[in-house]
Amino acid sequence: MASVTEMELAASVEEYLRQHEHKSLLRFITCGSVDDGKSTLIGRMLYDSKLLFEDQLAAVTKDSRKWGTQGDEIDLALLVDGLAAEREQGITIDVAYRFFATEQRKFIVADTPGHEQYTRNMVTGASTADAAVILVDARNGVLTQTRRHSYLVSLLGIRHVALAVNKMDAVEYSQARFDEIVEDYAEFAKKIGIEEFTAIPISALKGDNVVAPSPHMDWYHGPTLIGYLETVELDDTRMQQAPFRLPVQWVNRPTSTFRGFAGMVVSGTIRPGDRIRVQPSGRESTVARIVTYDGELGEAVAGQSVTLTLEDEIDISRGAVISGADAPAQIADQFEAKVVWMADEPLMPGRSYLAKIGTNLVGAQVTDIKYQVNVNTLEHTAAKKLELNGIAFCNVSFDRPVPFDPYVENRDTGSFILIDRMNNNTVGAGMLDFALRRSQNIHHQHHDIDKAARAAVKGQKPCVLWFTGLSGSGKSTVANLVEKKLHAMGHHTYLLDGDNVRHGLNRDLGFTEEDRVENIRRVAEVAKLMVDAGLIVLTAFISPYRAERQMARALFDEGEFIEVFMDTPLEIAEQRDPKGLYKKARRGELKNFTGIDAPYERPEAAELSIDTKTQTPEAGADSIMAAIRHMSII
Amino acid sequence: MTVAEETPNLDTRTLTHLERLEAEAIHIMREVVAEAENPVMLYSVGKDSSVMLHIAQKAFYPAKPPFPLLHIDTTWNFRALYAFRAEMIDEVGMQLIVHINEEAVAEGINPFTHGSALYTDVMNTVALKQALDKHGFDAAFGGGRRDEEKSRAKERVFSFRTAQHRWDPKNQRPELWKLYNARKKKGESIRAFPLSNWTEIDIWQYIWLHNVPIVPLYFAATQPVVERDGMLIMVDDERMPLNPGEQPMMKQVRFRTMGCYPLTGAVESDATTLPDIFREILLATASERQGRVIDYDDGGASMERKKQEGYY
Repeated sequence: MASVTEMELAASVEEYLRQHEHKSLLRFITCGSVDDGKSTLIGRMLYDSKLLFEDQLAAVTKDSRKWGTQGDEIDLALLVDGLAAEREQGITIDVAYRFFATEQRKFIVADTPGHEQYTRNMVTGASTADAAVILVDARNGVLTQTRRHSYLVSLLGIRHVALAVNKMDAVEYSQARFDEIVEDYAEFAKKIGIEEFTAIPISALKGDNVVAPSPHMDWYHGPTLIGYLETVELDDTRMQQAPFRLPVQWVNRPTSTFRGFAGMVVSGTIRPGDRIRVQPSGRESTVARIVTYDGELGEAVAGQSVTLTLEDEIDISRGAVISGADAPAQIADQFEAKVVWMADEPLMPGRSYLAKIGTNLVGAQVTDIKYQVNVNTLEHTAAKKLELNGIAFCNVSFDRPVPFDPYVENRDTGSFILIDRMNNNTVGAGMLDFALRRSQNIHHQHHDIDKAARAAVKGQKPCVLWFTGLSGSGKSTVANLVEKKLHAMGHHTYLLDGDNVRHGLNRDLGFTEEDRVENIRRVAEVAKLMVDAGLIVLTAFISPYRAERQMARALFDEGEFIEVFMDTPLEIAEQRDPKGLYKKARRGELKNFTGIDAPYERPEAAELSIDTKTQTPEAGADSIMAAIRHMSII
Repeated sequence: MTVAEETPNLDTRTLTHLERLEAEAIHIMREVVAEAENPVMLYSVGKDSSVMLHIAQKAFYPAKPPFPLLHIDTTWNFRALYAFRAEMIDEVGMQLIVHINEEAVAEGINPFTHGSALYTDVMNTVALKQALDKHGFDAAFGGGRRDEEKSRAKERVFSFRTAQHRWDPKNQRPELWKLYNARKKKGESIRAFPLSNWTEIDIWQYIWLHNVPIVPLYFAATQPVVERDGMLIMVDDERMPLNPGEQPMMKQVRFRTMGCYPLTGAVESDATTLPDIFREILLATASERQGRVIDYDDGGASMERKKQEGYY
């Protein structure tokens, strides 16, 4: 770590400390293909900035003999390849963060893999980076992977790009080769919206132009890579001049008299006395104080975590955004957005996910995939679903309006992640482009007669009995019996099943996974309208996916959605085979048949579960009647 | 932070790296508190914990941090550490939960006869799981830093643990922008690392800048030590068995990490002030984990294996 000499230190450690207090922070990513020498480059930056300790070096020297690719020389790549399994495979497979500092700056490097199937990792690393170093092997020039990495860098809104032409030692430090690659890259960069980049000829292996200027390339007069990173402009100015935004994380109420709103200023500047607007409620007030542990501030700027108090008592909770009153955020629930998919299970339009945007957690759907982008060719292709590592322009719908800014203007108020409702994984990343006007034009017409009024006329409590189970489990049979019993008691009911839906409303849908998702979405929406009309609705659909049943459930109020699981082992359903469908499926004449070549996901917490192996349909219907009586539905 | 007043209002104010790191740590703590049901802060009483605790005061000011502190006590910590812990708890006025693996203590598990691997597993890893389960904590702040050790470089800020407390490095949630996904199922828990992006130098610089109190053992003092396997081990109390012919020597030493005294190597040093420590670090040739016996247990992959099993 001797980046300072002992003599300098002896002069004054305190002075040194004071100087280093004023370092700024730059986050950058390195992207390159497997053999471009990315890990070697990072190892070189750590090594040359003297940030390695002797014991770490000793460990690497030992590892180099075991795994290294550089003969007896130290393999710098081994310094940065973290996990044991990766070391054996010789490739980096996830995002790793490295740290080093020079006199001017502290750096956080996201080391992201160049391997084909790991777009999601690069997007992850790029989301927090201010700058990108794109590595090219001087022998190979601009490759498909280079184009892909550059497109992702541009997609994620990184404004500072260095093209590091590596392995110059392998092309005899040839200026002609360097110029050729730069020209080639410039043409492509323009097409994808990278307006400016800095090209630097380096050799990570030999150390040329990484930290120290190369003695082998007199023809190059630009900065070294570290020199570039030390001087590249930070986003601070731009973000401090942007309109003020503070997404509220937490409301601080230690006493009955203090009410503070805690959050990070993600853009702009704020002072006591400034007018603010709380969004989405629209209430306005004035900033009273900027409270911190170290005393009140006269001003807070983008990047600081603070607590604001306001002049007026306004009801604000987590998820609200405090904006400058003169330039508030937009508010919408329908957007055009770019979505990057990060999960093995594909994105299905119409499927219900959770979205986290700022400090808001909302229900979300991709309503339409407009087109998918091929990251290698940049061609647009039609897509019905989005697979792992896919990138698409989509229409996205949230279940309530949220404050936002376009991603190009503000990365913090314009980005969101999609979360799977079942396994809670982060499955997608999104960047908002603009609001779709639709949501502003379709106002909810306020009706005087509401659900409660309509239900009161019928003297019943509206609800939906959602039957789910394999084909042949008895959904329609039992639902029909239940409906007869309800009808006999004078209740107004309606039974939705495949027969009355597939032939009309959903005649355009088949049985692929996407179509099944859409089928259930429409059924759920129709059931919702009928419940709103005051009816007791029964639905009898296989509805094999938990995610869709969850989506349907989310449309209804608490207690209105009653999931009835017709629990039948596959063998028994197949024995019954009332419509001969299993036989057809077994012969391969029916594709995507649930239980045979399409999955059925058992409910985890259905309100009712009917064991059809031991119970007759009549007994099953009776136990459902008893249960809904117990729930005070009838 | 009176810097704002010194800065002309119309200019861009470039935040320093420490201001950014602190703001990020505060952001992370507030996200956890807003989204977890029952969070706790692991407090090992070391220097990283001290910085984390200091930032927690800032994150929730003027309120007290809305969670208790948890110390997994192996019973073999330095006496000075216990004394410092009592002082700090008094000062911050937060609840401290001390958890000891009592069954292991009853069985007489100790670092001398059972080897550092078994001992650490039982007194740290198992004890931590016991404490989290006993109190039903669904989120635990830890002072881990990505620069400490290779396997940590890839760990997320919000790191998920199964109901059995296992970490799966191959199956981590991607973490984008400042959007931390805190959703989990019942029984699962989060380890949250607000200091993920700090380095050792950052920690020391922050301690110096903000006068963060730390255990005095970080500063050089004359202590009784014995040399074992190339490490200087302090004879902190009478429980330390001496080998035949072994005589404690009085040496001017300090510690770069806090842990169990029989497993924590001291370095000979004259650094009695923070600037002295800096002078030493800036010229150091051994990184901080070197003083820990447990990292050497099975080659370089030791920490990764421990983490998968639920150690921090």
